[in-house]
Amino acid sequence: MIEIKGLTKKYGQFTALDNLNLTLNEGTVFGFVGANGAGKSTTFLIISTLLQPTSGEVFINGVSVREKPSEIRKLIGYMPDFFGVYDQLKAEEYLDFYGASYGIPEEERKKLIPQLLELVNLSHKRDSYVDLLSRGMKQRLCLARSLIHDPKVLILDEPASGLDPRARVEMRDILKTLKGMGKTILISSHILPELAEMCDEIGVIDNGKLIAHGSVAEIQKKLQGEKVITVRLLDRVDETIAFFEEQPYVSSIEKLDGGDGISFMYRGTEEEQLGMLKEAMLADMPIVSFMEHVTNLEDVFMEITKGAEA
Amino acid sequence: MNFNNPVLFKELKLRFRSFKGFNGILFFLLAMCIFVFGYIFLTVNISGTSYFRPSQSFVLFAFLSYIQLGLVLFTAPGLTAGSISSEREKQTLPILLTTSQSSFQIISGKMLSSVAFLLLLIVAGLPVYSLVFLFGGISPWSFVKVFFFLFVTLLAIGSIGVMFSTLIRRTIVSMIVTYGTMLFLSVVTGFLFIIVIQMKAFNQMGTVITTPSYLGQFLASINPAVLFATFLSPDMGYGISELTKVDFPIWAGYLIFYGLLTVGALFIAVKRLRVNMKRLK
Ligand SMILES: Nc1ncnc2c1ncn2[C@@H]1O[C@H](COP(=O)(O)OP(=O)(O)OP(=O)(O)O)[C@@H](O)[C@H]1O
Ligand SMILES: [Mg+2]
Repeated sequence: MIEIKGLTKKYGQFTALDNLNLTLNEGTVFGFVGANGAGKSTTFLIISTLLQPTSGEVFINGVSVREKPSEIRKLIGYMPDFFGVYDQLKAEEYLDFYGASYGIPEEERKKLIPQLLELVNLSHKRDSYVDLLSRGMKQRLCLARSLIHDPKVLILDEPASGLDPRARVEMRDILKTLKGMGKTILISSHILPELAEMCDEIGVIDNGKLIAHGSVAEIQKKLQGEKVITVRLLDRVDETIAFFEEQPYVSSIEKLDGGDGISFMYRGTEEEQLGMLKEAMLADMPIVSFMEHVTNLEDVFMEITKGAEA
Repeated sequence: MNFNNPVLFKELKLRFRSFKGFNGILFFLLAMCIFVFGYIFLTVNISGTSYFRPSQSFVLFAFLSYIQLGLVLFTAPGLTAGSISSEREKQTLPILLTTSQSSFQIISGKMLSSVAFLLLLIVAGLPVYSLVFLFGGISPWSFVKVFFFLFVTLLAIGSIGVMFSTLIRRTIVSMIVTYGTMLFLSVVTGFLFIIVIQMKAFNQMGTVITTPSYLGQFLASINPAVLFATFLSPDMGYGISELTKVDFPIWAGYLIFYGLLTVGALFIAVKRLRVNMKRLK
């Protein structure tokens, strides 16, 4: 259904997307997670024919985004992360305008618009001016707008950002309805647990690279196999860091804020962990305590995407 | 022409929903009426005669034509130079560009909705013009010519505005560039024309100019004020031909130049509205 092949986007010297490869089947709800600036919006912009890739290709239903952008536009419904609305236009007219923009005949639009407003719970705001709606309402209206031509694929860039918890739950319910309608949905977010609940597949992007991709269960299993270990030290912190850097299955070593210890991610088994601890003792590392935390999705997301801040 | 143009219909609806549009028309008509009646009243009173002479109605016609031209030159950039860039600033453009409308549909919708408003202004002024007819002295033909070329000018300046609005991110910059272009075409070309002719006379001191000045003729041909002058007094046209030694009607040069400008500007706007997905950088 959706095939992304070697997608790369450079802004001058800066590589925002680096050889992204991804294949999604029809009806999949795909969650795209990554820190600020990871490249989520860039990917969505390219799929939506709004940004020219530096190299690589995207196919939707076998149609190339680069060769036939006008056909792609009929297949997708795109909701940007930031968007504006026209003032002096009522909610109903807003949808009517976009309906007409997709060449939907007027009688059909008349039937369609009340249904869409119903779907996003905005029937009571039919006659309100769109620029006076609350942010959450605008977001729902924009979602309704992206559905007006009954697209096969929905590309939603952080549809839940700026929503209160209640509106988030509502948004999730709407997305579940859409999933039930068999639409392929790409949805981005910073918040992994939020996505985990409604997505079939999750991709984690960092610095323009897809660093993990799989079903929610797979990702969860993979992530549960990782733990964060905190080691408190008496002194000689740098020396200890050097030692742990040599060990297998260790990654993302960091000094603790107090400077009296380190933390790192560990992927090995229990036996291997025991072996590593023994070796540390033999090497006379000044270890005061050795503590492991069971990670949740959020922690792991923080770990994976740590590099993005630099 | 595609009559099912959503952008055009939406823009027109919005423009007439706000009463600003009507106020503008009303104010303009009022100003024109006051001017025309004022002029007639004054000439009749001052001359002491109880009738209005054709030569006076000619002055009125000339004045009205230039007012209309000024109206077109100064409002067309303002109406069009923000058409695309303001959508970009309001962050409504990406959504508009992902709809299945063609780039041509969007650009022509933007263009026509702005132009239609100005056209309405011009047409609304027609009854006032008819007063001039009432007193005679003006041939319907010069009247038609003036209106046709007002329309040509309107389309050209409008297209330039839409083009800059597409190419330039910010509306304010696009406005400045469009007004700058308009001033260049309507004022600077006039000065350049004078300079070119003067230089020529200077080079061939004492002797009559015999070599044709194509540049001079070109500069005169693209200047709207010169064009209108030739409509109002045909001698003006002969005078310019005399100076440049080029026997090509000003109006034809004007039509060709502004026709090409309109087509070229709209073409660029349509091509550059959306990113070119095919080309690899
Ligand atoms: N027009 C541009 N010119 C230069 N750099 C850009 C441009 N647009 C985006 N970038 C850079 O590309 C990178 C990826 O940006 P992108 O918007 O795709 O991130 P994101 O994952 O959507 O982040 P967020 O979670 O904050 O929305 C960022 O480092 C950003 O600074
Ligand atoms: Mg983003």
